[in-house]
Amino acid sequence: MDLFASLGLQIIYGIANLVLISIGLAVIFGMMRVINLAHGEFLMLGGYTVIVSTNNGVNIWVAMFILAPLIVGIIGLIVEWTLIRFLYGRMVDTLLATWGLSLFFIGLITTIFGAQTETTIAPPFGPIFIGEYSSSGYELFLIIITILLVILLYLLLRYTKLGLLARGTMQSAEMAAALGISTQRIYSTTFGIGAALSGFAGGLLAPVTGVLPTIGAVYIGKAFITVISGGTAILAGTSSASFLLGGINGIVSFVVGPTMGEVALLLFAIVLLRLMPRGITGHFFKRSL
Amino acid sequence: MKINRRKFLKSASATAAVMAAPAFISQTQAANSLKMAVILDQSGGLDIYGRPMVDASHLAIEEINAAGGLLGKQVELTVYDPQSTIQFYTQYATKAATSDRVDVVQAGITSASRESIRPLLNRYRTLYFYNTLYEGGVCDTNNYCTGSTPGQTVEKLVPYAMRKWGKKVYIIAADYNYGHITASWVQKYVRDNGGDPVETEFFPLDVTNFGPTIKKIQAAKPDMVMSALVGGAHVSFYRQYAAAGMNKSVPVASTTFGVGNEHKMISAEEGDGMIVAYSYFQEIESADNKAFVKRFQDRFGTDAPYLNELAARQYEGIYLWAEAVKAAGTADRMKVIEALDAPTSINGPSGKLTIDPQTHHAVQNVYLAELMDQRFNIIQTHEQQQPTDTQLVCDLVANPNQSTFYFENGLKAAGIE
Repeated sequence: MDLFASLGLQIIYGIANLVLISIGLAVIFGMMRVINLAHGEFLMLGGYTVIVSTNNGVNIWVAMFILAPLIVGIIGLIVEWTLIRFLYGRMVDTLLATWGLSLFFIGLITTIFGAQTETTIAPPFGPIFIGEYSSSGYELFLIIITILLVILLYLLLRYTKLGLLARGTMQSAEMAAALGISTQRIYSTTFGIGAALSGFAGGLLAPVTGVLPTIGAVYIGKAFITVISGGTAILAGTSSASFLLGGINGIVSFVVGPTMGEVALLLFAIVLLRLMPRGITGHFFKRSL
Repeated sequence: MKINRRKFLKSASATAAVMAAPAFISQTQAANSLKMAVILDQSGGLDIYGRPMVDASHLAIEEINAAGGLLGKQVELTVYDPQSTIQFYTQYATKAATSDRVDVVQAGITSASRESIRPLLNRYRTLYFYNTLYEGGVCDTNNYCTGSTPGQTVEKLVPYAMRKWGKKVYIIAADYNYGHITASWVQKYVRDNGGDPVETEFFPLDVTNFGPTIKKIQAAKPDMVMSALVGGAHVSFYRQYAAAGMNKSVPVASTTFGVGNEHKMISAEEGDGMIVAYSYFQEIESADNKAFVKRFQDRFGTDAPYLNELAARQYEGIYLWAEAVKAAGTADRMKVIEALDAPTSINGPSGKLTIDPQTHHAVQNVYLAELMDQRFNIIQTHEQQQPTDTQLVCDLVANPNQSTFYFENGLKAAGIE
């Protein structure tokens, strides 16, 4: 029984982890139809922000909750302003440009900090015990933060002026422009927010993962599969896809083994996209966010 | 200007002559120098291993040249970056062998990269040194594998850890040939020492969420975990394991932790108490090693990476070749192989290092160390360990002309099921 409770918590964490690594990509892809292949590097930059600033004496909470989203958000705005805005509507070109960007970031960080960086941060919470099984307290914390993040994004999109303008631009950019909305500014804000979310996620994951210049590559695949499987609705899509993929991955990893866990995740995504080419929210929850 | 045919031919031939000149010049120079190619990943996922090795190569060649070179000639070093891509390994190895015509290639990190260039360098008759610790089993006249193998390190690590922590061992390893073969060796040594390898799990190299496995480890209640995880993504295991409080109750020993300087990438409280075995640590207390560490840090400044077995062995591998060239009086491949098998022996930073003519591996010191405050404290020294695993299957003295990889398809050759 304790094992099931503990395993259940673990699977929920697996789901939250997927939401966390894909939410920034979902915002950028869902709202702007820009395929950001540098998404993994935004996560990596968030992780580096936390490691480098804590190495220099900054409080870990300040580094995770303020510096990581702020710095990566600003980098996102710069990227949008210098690169992405010239490429709207040219999907293949953005693909190539952001791929180049990802190589640039890897090279830049390797040049500045070397192939690896020393760190002293550890998860700020100790383990929690369910019977004789222990789980990471930090993972529970990440689950809560992820839920709060999704709620916050929902409120932002649903009830604020910015959210309304963003949704309008997303539905029909021309109509929004005709009504006097600067779609250019909406796009750059969205891109900045997407980048900031990725940076935040990367920062939150820094104490429980390895932070290396090349680590983005291990996130990008899963983030893409999650976002594409989810379909166009940013929150409902990402959450439902994470729920299905993360759940399957966690259960199969436990029962059979981690290799089959990865295989099951990919296999399920393939079948899902064959049956629902426009993702989950292309068929269900169509009018959701 | 009007260009007619005659004028065009004239200028074209002049251009061709100018273009060709450097080629002639470099060929005449070639006779006055020896050539070495180093092919190691300096970008992509394997750069955490490759970059310190490249630094060590530069240091070795600079020292050799500063001391007057070899046979009165300077050694010319060409470094290629295969970018963690196998295809570039074959490309650069071909270039080094055919167009640069190097005397020796010192290259390769993963076994896959070694296996991609080993047959090729055989075909082009170019001497090849592989200086990375690996799973053992290469039996090749042309290829010297100087890194430590499980018969040297795991054979010492497993009984020590089992005596300290208990006999029930949970094995986790990377899901490719290194991990699979090493896991088989670990299982063998656990059984040989009267223990029980309760479970063995393999992880693809991009797994970052180890939660389900940590639950399985808790359910299996082993006395210790033996890890052969590889690469940056797998560093997450040690962090999540510590976050669940497991590192205090079920300690970890590893065959790989530290060679990518992972102990600097996790905090002291996450890593403390872990036990590893390699044939080199920066902390070795010998005069040779202290001088080596100082030279390395002086050369590469405050940014100098921590020195691990890979970097030190790359440095020593180059010196083994240099020593053999001196002994042979030529860089000719067969003469150098004869000299190496004499055998060549050097005193490097890791201690005494001698070529084993039977396997073309190295007899070397092995150190057990415990991680404390992001530093390795050496707790045991085993001098002059033979590559016992490869010796079971390989005899290049009795049967010199071979190029085989014995453990490629499992370990039946060594009697392990």
